[in-house]
Amino acid sequence: MRKQALLTLSGVSKRYGTVQANQAIDLEVKSGSIHAILGENGAGKSTLMKLIYGVEHPDDGSIAWNGAPVQLSRPSDAQALGIGMVFQHFSLFETLSVVQNVSLMVPGRPAEIATKIGDLGRKFGLVVDPDAMVHTLSVGERQRVEIIRCLLLNPKLLILDEPTSVLPPQSVKLLFETLRKLQAEGTAILFISHKLEEIRALCDEATVLRDGKVTGRVDPRAHSARDLAQMMIGRDMPHLAVSNSAQPGEVRLRLHNLSHPRATQFGTTLTDVNLDLRAGQVIGIAGISGNGQQELAALISGELRARKPEMVQIMGQAVGRRGPMHRRALGFTFVPEERLGRGAVPEMSLADNSLLTAHGQGMLRGGFIKRRVEQSFTRRCMEDFDVRTSGPDAEAGALSGGNLQKFILGREIMLAPDVMLVSQPTWGVDIGAATAIRRRLIEMRDNGAAILVISEELEELFEICDILHVLHEGRLSTGLPAADTTAEEVGAYMIGARL
Amino acid sequence: MKLRLVRRDAASRLAMFGAPVLALILTCLTSLILFALLGIPAGKALHALLLKPFLSWYSFSEVLLKMAPLLLIAQGLAIGFRANVFNIGAEGQFIIGAICASAFPVFYPDGNLPFMLPAMIVAGGLGGMAYAGIAAGLRTRYGASEILVTLMLSLIAVQILNYLLLGPWKDPRGFNFPQTVMFPGNALLPLLFENVRPNISLIFALLASLFAYLMMERHFRGYQLRTAGLAPKAALYAGFSAPRMIWLSLALSGLAAGIAGASEVAGPLGQLQRSVATGYGYAAIIVAYVGGLRPFGIVASSFLISVLYIGGDSATVSAGLPVAAVEVFQGMLLSFYLLTFTLIRFRVHLDREATA
Repeated sequence: MRKQALLTLSGVSKRYGTVQANQAIDLEVKSGSIHAILGENGAGKSTLMKLIYGVEHPDDGSIAWNGAPVQLSRPSDAQALGIGMVFQHFSLFETLSVVQNVSLMVPGRPAEIATKIGDLGRKFGLVVDPDAMVHTLSVGERQRVEIIRCLLLNPKLLILDEPTSVLPPQSVKLLFETLRKLQAEGTAILFISHKLEEIRALCDEATVLRDGKVTGRVDPRAHSARDLAQMMIGRDMPHLAVSNSAQPGEVRLRLHNLSHPRATQFGTTLTDVNLDLRAGQVIGIAGISGNGQQELAALISGELRARKPEMVQIMGQAVGRRGPMHRRALGFTFVPEERLGRGAVPEMSLADNSLLTAHGQGMLRGGFIKRRVEQSFTRRCMEDFDVRTSGPDAEAGALSGGNLQKFILGREIMLAPDVMLVSQPTWGVDIGAATAIRRRLIEMRDNGAAILVISEELEELFEICDILHVLHEGRLSTGLPAADTTAEEVGAYMIGARL
Repeated sequence: MKLRLVRRDAASRLAMFGAPVLALILTCLTSLILFALLGIPAGKALHALLLKPFLSWYSFSEVLLKMAPLLLIAQGLAIGFRANVFNIGAEGQFIIGAICASAFPVFYPDGNLPFMLPAMIVAGGLGGMAYAGIAAGLRTRYGASEILVTLMLSLIAVQILNYLLLGPWKDPRGFNFPQTVMFPGNALLPLLFENVRPNISLIFALLASLFAYLMMERHFRGYQLRTAGLAPKAALYAGFSAPRMIWLSLALSGLAAGIAGASEVAGPLGQLQRSVATGYGYAAIIVAYVGGLRPFGIVASSFLISVLYIGGDSATVSAGLPVAAVEVFQGMLLSFYLLTFTLIRFRVHLDREATA
């Protein structure tokens, strides 16, 4: 039986400067269907959602709602039709309570809203305390608040942008149950993701995007993950064969009872973190962002000083009170998760961004900058790490996220570190580049480097790490050998069910 | 249809050179209207403002005289501005520099001191540096905004100047005027040309420009300062010490302002008097920004602003322009420059609605 199409896009195109983000997209979303939009980073998923939600306007093509053409000039137009959106990065005020946040968008007295939040919570399994302050909530709970806020406006279409990227495996199950209940009520759901297994488990229709174009329109339950991947990236899923037979060597990085009070009430206090990272070893730190990852990375890199020198030891030296330059001189390098403004200066050329941390590579004579060395270093980095841009004089801010990440990672690897810290190595990087980056890290390990990876992507950690730790509310779990551990076990640590 | 600003892939070189020119043109056009409303013949006013300074050697030499302190102070300030350290109180450091330099001729009015002039310049520079150092100390130790501290220190500097000139340093034979003795010959800077007033402080300023260029564009220290200004988190990530950047920025800008102050009393004034505080320290902020904070750009902008000063003086006399109108002209120039500056990183995009 054919259901009535709720939302119809025909020939929708959108261009940003020289980039064709969406090209002649046709899309039909029916009531009571969970429809996946599948695509890699940069395939045009987010642009498409912005067009549907009225944040951006199409250059070409038309959008119809229940068969009648509509003009969406702003998000409130979309909301008036009954379109709700849950963003990947939450838009909640941390200093307000749940009710206060919701009442900013939903009319009604706070007491009524609190009752409604409770009712919806029971009906759809979205349990959350209406009076709790948002900054005390876990990421999963915050997402529930976002969803509840949308549901209170009685949407006919709910858009979820990469909703599982921030959730531990157990919370993903809860979310899916909620979405199925909504589906049964007749709500249409647009589910944006690049995770194939999730889409196969949840969705009944899928539209695949690649380079801004539709490359497939399928029932995901009827196709294998491999088929979907081929539609998504246009070739076979790259695979990384990893095994570590080498015996790890001496301890290169030691965290010894590292405790650090949080700087603000939105930070995380670290408590008694212990870790030994050895030569020829990759250790992964799993966990949901906001559980102390930023603090831990800054304490290891020296951007934040520990309270006692022996709390952080690099190459056998107690460096807890020393700055980043001192730690780098010992053979430490660091790839931060923020690329623009931290790992690189957006307004400076790539060549000048090489100078940021690679100035010890013969780039200075008496303090004066040797442009030739700077240029050749940068050119080598661009070649070896496949950084695609016009040349060493291109401004860092003009590069795509993936290309910039390859540049920063390349720069830090070219310093031939003994110990390296990599935070969120493949955030916002397409699958091909992500595989290349992981392969590089493995190569370095095989050459004897000690590598610490902080990541939210469990699959990634399982792929490259020898040992996994989980960071939850500022406490680090014991080390779990990656080969003998399941995702569910790690997930139990991630939500604090185990310590 | 609507206008939008779209970020450029890279800073536009054309816009970088074009922005100051466009700002000047817009300023001239707007002031034509202003002058017309004031009932002053616009042609005559602009002639006095922009052309007169070039029409006689004397006027032109006065431009060079003005240019020296503006250039010197602006080079110092620009270093800090690029590192996000905003020394707004160069005026105070200028006054303290003038006071420190004046101590020698005040206590040796007969010129009985070897190395009188070098001692004055060094004392002036160190005095300005120390005065700016107060702001650096308060900022690095207590997080006090250097903008407010340097600004308020300027007011204190004026009061110190008043105290000295009305009390201990007053010239006993000066008919009770608030000024020191006239300085002896060996306390005066050598002149560059005969019969006109520019002195070798212009050479100090040009050397400072060269130094600023080498440090900011060619040296790692300048790179660190620029990084701290553009992306403070990246500077922290790379391990460039933030307190050191603040100390260095304020020390250099204080040094430059102090030397400029010393050169003023050892130059055109020939004594310490209240009129030493004529606002060079504040005008230099405009000079630094109109010069795009670049060392060579500042050489050009200090010349331009000096022309406007001398032109403004002559316009008040010959074209009957009120002093306020001259100040409005200078203020407009800065405002228009800041507006056109946007075009360096953004281009104007004309948006046509896709569906009518």
